[in-house]
Amino acid sequence: MVQLTLPKNSRMITGKTWPKPEGAINLRKFQIYRWNPDDGQNPRLDTYFVDLDDCGPMVLDGLIYIKNKIDPTLTFRRSCREGICGSCAMNIDGINTLACIYGMDEVKGDTVKIYPLPHMPVVKDLIPDLTHFYAQHASIMPWLETKTNRPQKEWKQSIEDRKKLDGLYECVMCASCSTSCPSYWWNGDKYLGPAALLHAYRWIIDSRDEATGERLDDLEDPFKLYRCHTIMNCAKTCPKGLNPAKAIAEIKRMMVNRVV
Amino acid sequence: MRYLTARKRAEGKGASHTGTEHHWYMTVSAVGLAFLIPTFIFIVGGALGGTREEVLAAFARPFPAILTGLTLYVGMMHFKKGAQMMIEDYWQGTTRKALIMLVIGLSYTITATGLFALAKIAL
Repeated sequence: MVQLTLPKNSRMITGKTWPKPEGAINLRKFQIYRWNPDDGQNPRLDTYFVDLDDCGPMVLDGLIYIKNKIDPTLTFRRSCREGICGSCAMNIDGINTLACIYGMDEVKGDTVKIYPLPHMPVVKDLIPDLTHFYAQHASIMPWLETKTNRPQKEWKQSIEDRKKLDGLYECVMCASCSTSCPSYWWNGDKYLGPAALLHAYRWIIDSRDEATGERLDDLEDPFKLYRCHTIMNCAKTCPKGLNPAKAIAEIKRMMVNRVV
Repeated sequence: MRYLTARKRAEGKGASHTGTEHHWYMTVSAVGLAFLIPTFIFIVGGALGGTREEVLAAFARPFPAILTGLTLYVGMMHFKKGAQMMIEDYWQGTTRKALIMLVIGLSYTITATGLFALAKIAL
């Protein structure tokens, strides 16, 4: 049965409260999930204080401040710092989002609470193991699949057909949507999840792709596709403002159109 | 621990090429029940408070009898497929299979019992 409580070695304990920066007046409290696989300890919630006069406005700026000036052992992914790479996805104030485009002023309450993306194995601190997530993405064949060798030059696309990719191609694979989906939490081993299905639809709907039938065949499964119960957490949480639930509904519509 | 590649784990046993019929049936039956249930409640509501003979007479008329039969059948089949989906969501392995068999058996039993009782009243 689905596990409703955390195993003993995953239960949170109270962590360390780090000293406030000297001379700082404008402070913001951060509570951050910490777990190190090498020390054998349970996960803990450490408390830090960030000097807002010496730090940028985004949550990622706060994390970088902590890593550089308070605790260099804090571990998290980050790269582009502008919402394009999807590396810094984490659970901030109860919302899966990108730390680089989420302002500290958007956080309700005094404390910025940060956890790794939910229901994923944790590698360390704020880093989830996305191996299975990426493998699921690979399984939907995220590339143009063609069978003919004509035209031999550029494969053109009409403006209308190109417009169909809007709202799909922008996905940065940050995993915020999939890890906010209860269906993915309970059946993530089989259910592809909103991100992979949004990408699947992006290639199904591409006018240049010639493997539409095979792609739909590969998705027609009670678990791979039909675990989506239109909960809509994916659309609510997507930091890029995309709607994976709509893409999944479109795939279901195409499936029905094949048989009815 | 099994030494499988991440891709093999993700692909699993491939696609079963089923599920669309289930999805389409749930959609159609949900629309059907949206009409059937209010009408059924309206008719049953009319029979409430009557004597046994009045209630039996109400369900012996063709329209209430057919409507009750349809509501029972469509409702229970919708329940069967919905409950199966819920069990698939939250249970795994042998427990999942056993519960699905139980809920399917229960659905058919309730449907058969209800239709038999209705036939006895209406025919």
